[in-house]
Amino acid sequence: MFDLDKWQEIITTIEKNKLRTFLTGFSVAWGIFMLIILLGSGRGLQNGIEAQFASSANNALWIWSGQTSMAYKGMQPGRPIRLNNEDYELLKKIYPDVEYLSGRYSIWSNQTLSYKNQYGTFDIHTVHPDYDEIELIDMKKGRFVNETDIKEFNKYVVISTEVEKALFKDGTEPVGTYIKVADIPFKIIGVFSDLDGRNNNSRAVYLPISTAQKVFGGTNRINTLVLTAGDASVEETKLMEQEIRTYLARKHKFDPEDDRAIFMWNATEEFERFQNLMGGIRIFIWIIGIMTIIAGIVGVSNIMMIVVKERTKEIGIRKAMGAKPWSIISLIMQESILITGIAGYVGLLLGVFLLETVSAQVQSEFFRNPEADFTLAVAATVILIIAGAFAGFIPARKAASIKPVEALMDE
Amino acid sequence: MIDLSNIHKSYITGTNRLHVLKGIDLHVKKGELVSIMGSSGSGKSTLLNIIGILDIHDEGDYRLNGQLIHNINETKAAALRNKFIGFVFQSFNLISFKTALENVALPLYYQGVSRKKRNRMAAEYLDKMGLLDWSDHMPNELSGGQKQRLAIARAMIHQPKVILADEPTGALDSQTSYEMMDLLQAINREGITIIIVTHERDIAERTNRIIRLRDGNIGDDHQNGIKKETTGVFNRP
Repeated sequence: MFDLDKWQEIITTIEKNKLRTFLTGFSVAWGIFMLIILLGSGRGLQNGIEAQFASSANNALWIWSGQTSMAYKGMQPGRPIRLNNEDYELLKKIYPDVEYLSGRYSIWSNQTLSYKNQYGTFDIHTVHPDYDEIELIDMKKGRFVNETDIKEFNKYVVISTEVEKALFKDGTEPVGTYIKVADIPFKIIGVFSDLDGRNNNSRAVYLPISTAQKVFGGTNRINTLVLTAGDASVEETKLMEQEIRTYLARKHKFDPEDDRAIFMWNATEEFERFQNLMGGIRIFIWIIGIMTIIAGIVGVSNIMMIVVKERTKEIGIRKAMGAKPWSIISLIMQESILITGIAGYVGLLLGVFLLETVSAQVQSEFFRNPEADFTLAVAATVILIIAGAFAGFIPARKAASIKPVEALMDE
Repeated sequence: MIDLSNIHKSYITGTNRLHVLKGIDLHVKKGELVSIMGSSGSGKSTLLNIIGILDIHDEGDYRLNGQLIHNINETKAAALRNKFIGFVFQSFNLISFKTALENVALPLYYQGVSRKKRNRMAAEYLDKMGLLDWSDHMPNELSGGQKQRLAIARAMIHQPKVILADEPTGALDSQTSYEMMDLLQAINREGITIIIVTHERDIAERTNRIIRLRDGNIGDDHQNGIKKETTGVFNRP
């Protein structure tokens, strides 16, 4: 029900008490402002960390080798464990239905890439075909390594956009062109981009692992094995860890209890840990935000209480003139909702504005794109209206219950 | 119009119980001009408040225009006040941040009359009171007499059956007081019942019936024959 006269009346009262209204509104605006900043920053933190996870599959299990640290079956500790193609095949046998599985063998000795007279040093990784799904590589042109490349030992290379930028300054189309990888010519079959804040994955090239083992004398060595666990739960992936450890211990003859022989990094577990952390942070932020808003509400309620006190006589006059209690209640409630609503909206806009401004300036590894989304804005608006109604309710009830004869005697 | 029988009212202040009205029987017919006199504390204002349903009596029967006022809530009381009663107060009780026109139009606002219509009627009543030129002024820009005429306009705009005036001349000088009485007499001649609470004898002398309250009882109730007439400002050409 829209009552123009009532609104005019409310606006008149507000105009009469500009400073008081401003101060009241400020506490609410501040509450909402803080809530938006906190939630936006929380989102920024989440985005940042999620981006870290987004750089590779968050259900991956990475396995790499170390040295034994425990004597086992007469063998001294300190024996290096070396993973190889057989381990890759072993994993394939244990998990025939595995989502993605790849080995990785990285070239550390000569990392020079060259095209014509352009040179550069880049990370050279050699992998199986599934690796693009694990590292979450975004193919821009051409294709990634495939099974045929592995079988036929194709001298193909997939380069990053970064490499393209460095070597193809003359604008030559890289796909189909040959470049030298450690002085051996490889044909470029694809260009990818891999946004990653942490690793230099955007400064990498990928070769078929079989070709590399042959060409660079790696025989059958693999540095890292990685597989993804599909939608397995954390418990299931931990079980997988145990299984793999047992199999590898048997094969490489080390104590299954030896945690220095092979290392594992369980992304599923880490991701869940991160999600729990984010959930905790979110709850914490909401609690603080709501508390701040409550402080604002108490402020508004307090002021409305004073307003009612100040206007007691006027309310008495109105009642004598025939004002019904409901008309007094709605007068106070509407004023309260109006102040809370407008002030809250100002706080909301300022908060969003600040987030947008800061967002452009602050982009770090663990903090990016702080934002307050539409749902949040709607939620905040609903909170504001409820808050305003709450703040106004008690004073309005008090105003309505004033006896006209007492109100008229009030000076 | 107003029938009171055996009305009692007491106030409790702390541990003391103050028995203000001790069984008032009073009948006011339509069109009467009555004054209620009495020393302070005699209960005359309390009586007026009960008649105006601003306060509720403890005991006895009160009928306003035939309707028994008993166990009514504030919403109903407000509706009854709005329909039957106009108030004039000693301290005017105008709303300070509203213009003269808005003040006068207030009872119509609570009747749900449209803004346009009530502003037109308010202007009409201001004109009757000779205050049309002041309609956009705030109450604090008016003199005492003007304020009281404004209050009277407000008390009349919703065409009540009864006007209740609590010391209407209490804050005015004697010249203005007489003008005010002229006005009330003129209104009374239109058929509106008027009850005035006053402690000023010369004001009471200008009403048709004088009731004296003494310690919560009616001490004296007599028709007043002497009625001094002057040309009313209310019926100006």
